[in-house]
Amino acid sequence: MRERLGTRGFTPRRTVSAVASRRLAGSLSLRLLFHILMLACCVVVLVPFVWMVSSSFKTPADVITYPPDWIPNPIITDNYPQSLSLLPMGHAYFNSFKISMLDTIGGLLTCSMAAYAFARLRFRGRDVLFIAVLSALMIPQEVNLIPLYILFKQIGWIDTHWPLIVPPILQNPYGIFLLRQFFLTIPTELEDAARIDGANPWTIYTRIILPLAGPAMITLGIFIFLYNWNQFLTPLIYLNSQDNFTVPMLINSYLADYGQQWGLMMAACTIAMAPMIAVYAIGQRYFIEGIAVSGLKG
Amino acid sequence: MKRETAWAYFFIAPQIIGLLAFAVLPMVAIVVLSFAKWDLIHTFTWVGFGNFSYEFSDPIFWKSVTNTLYYTAVFIPASLILALLVALVLNRKMAFRGWYRAIFFMPVITPTVAVALVWTWLLNPDSGLINALLYNVGITGPGWYADIGWAMPAAIIVSVWRNFGYSMVIFLAGLQGVPAQLYEAAQIDGAGRWAQFRYVTLPLLSPTTFFLVVTSVISSLQVFDQVFILTHGQAGPDDATRVIVFHIYEQAFRLFQFGQASAVTLCLFIVILLITLMQFRFQRWVHVDA
Repeated sequence: MRERLGTRGFTPRRTVSAVASRRLAGSLSLRLLFHILMLACCVVVLVPFVWMVSSSFKTPADVITYPPDWIPNPIITDNYPQSLSLLPMGHAYFNSFKISMLDTIGGLLTCSMAAYAFARLRFRGRDVLFIAVLSALMIPQEVNLIPLYILFKQIGWIDTHWPLIVPPILQNPYGIFLLRQFFLTIPTELEDAARIDGANPWTIYTRIILPLAGPAMITLGIFIFLYNWNQFLTPLIYLNSQDNFTVPMLINSYLADYGQQWGLMMAACTIAMAPMIAVYAIGQRYFIEGIAVSGLKG
Repeated sequence: MKRETAWAYFFIAPQIIGLLAFAVLPMVAIVVLSFAKWDLIHTFTWVGFGNFSYEFSDPIFWKSVTNTLYYTAVFIPASLILALLVALVLNRKMAFRGWYRAIFFMPVITPTVAVALVWTWLLNPDSGLINALLYNVGITGPGWYADIGWAMPAAIIVSVWRNFGYSMVIFLAGLQGVPAQLYEAAQIDGAGRWAQFRYVTLPLLSPTTFFLVVTSVISSLQVFDQVFILTHGQAGPDDATRVIVFHIYEQAFRLFQFGQASAVTLCLFIVILLITLMQFRFQRWVHVDA
């Protein structure tokens, strides 16, 4: 590498700055070019969202007219009350929220408990158990589908929300790993002092570790919530009755039942995406920086 | 110390129970079921390697394998090259950088199912926006998800649109780890932009690239949601979008061939396991010290 870079020989400092100042003139147009490129990418990313919202305000006749209008004329809002009433969208919202919230709270609790033990307590078999937990990362979700379907059928959990609540709470190796790495960075002085004062591990966990774990817990909480809110394959397998459906399941039902009514379906999609995008607009730093740090997929 | 051990077991108990019930048990069960014929109604019978030989001689199974490989082979270069190019631009000090990054990442957080439905409308062969735009520039748009040759490219377009922001953020984090002194040193040595990219950026980014390639291969082998929605819950025209997970889903939950579906699942699992182990093995090899 050095060899290749050095082929032009040593360049005196003077020349470097001369090149730099000549580049400055060029860099203005270069900067403009980069902005044009980025704006073009933004258009490609945003057009589907704009088109979705635009279509959701169109009449059934307008939605398929050619050439298409970006701004609906006339603007109608009927698609929204209709998409809420034709299929139980309110219900689906409640179900999705309930399931994702329980998964998040329960998952944060069990993951942080296990992470605390793996990061701080000394016990027999700790390293073996930790490796076992991490090995579970190698198992794809599909391996669970059939065995768990059979298990849940035996215990009467099919068409209930339990299969979507219990496994995500009790099994989350990503969460354990993420929190353990974070707990290892917390200084031990406070804990040592508390231990000398006779505090047991539960007190240390609730009074010292958890209050310091805020940022990591928020990041993990967002991941768990998003992951479970967006789940499609598992509800598709476990849920049968429409009243139990989650939001992605109900979107799939719209496609099946109202397949050609694009205005109606785009209204349903807008309703499904709006809260996610709103939350993202507020807390986008946590999403992006959390991903960048942990490399986890949302 | 005894007491500390008791506390530790209390703390790890929920996740260890979960590990046993939802990771170890299913893994054992999938191996057992692979060698059995069972539809949950009739009696459970052992069939040896029958499920494997059935699937391996079934052209539909191989269709799902080649479709998944096709998806993987196009999706990964397309999304990673796009993500790297955007990350390289955004790694510079520029106005609105945070805005660009936030917008590119937005599709990643949206539900795949809703995204796929919006794209079904955009790619509608008769009245979709994409074909309308193509018509304006004198191109007759293809039938997209209704066309044998275009159904899989349509699914890949949706996936690239939804996922490139994720890889872009990871690339950006990797780029920020490249020490600025190295670029300065390269500049003093007279390296141009391309040489800097080729001999500084690319080698130092190789751990990030490797990580993204491996995780993208694993997730591509498991693609399901967008393909399922795009082709309306079916395998597409002439099985053009039958991917492996769709094949498993259909075998198990539409045809109730749990044994055959388990055999396919086991094969998928072994492949993913090998790729993951390979990652552990080569991780050190690609690492470049700064």
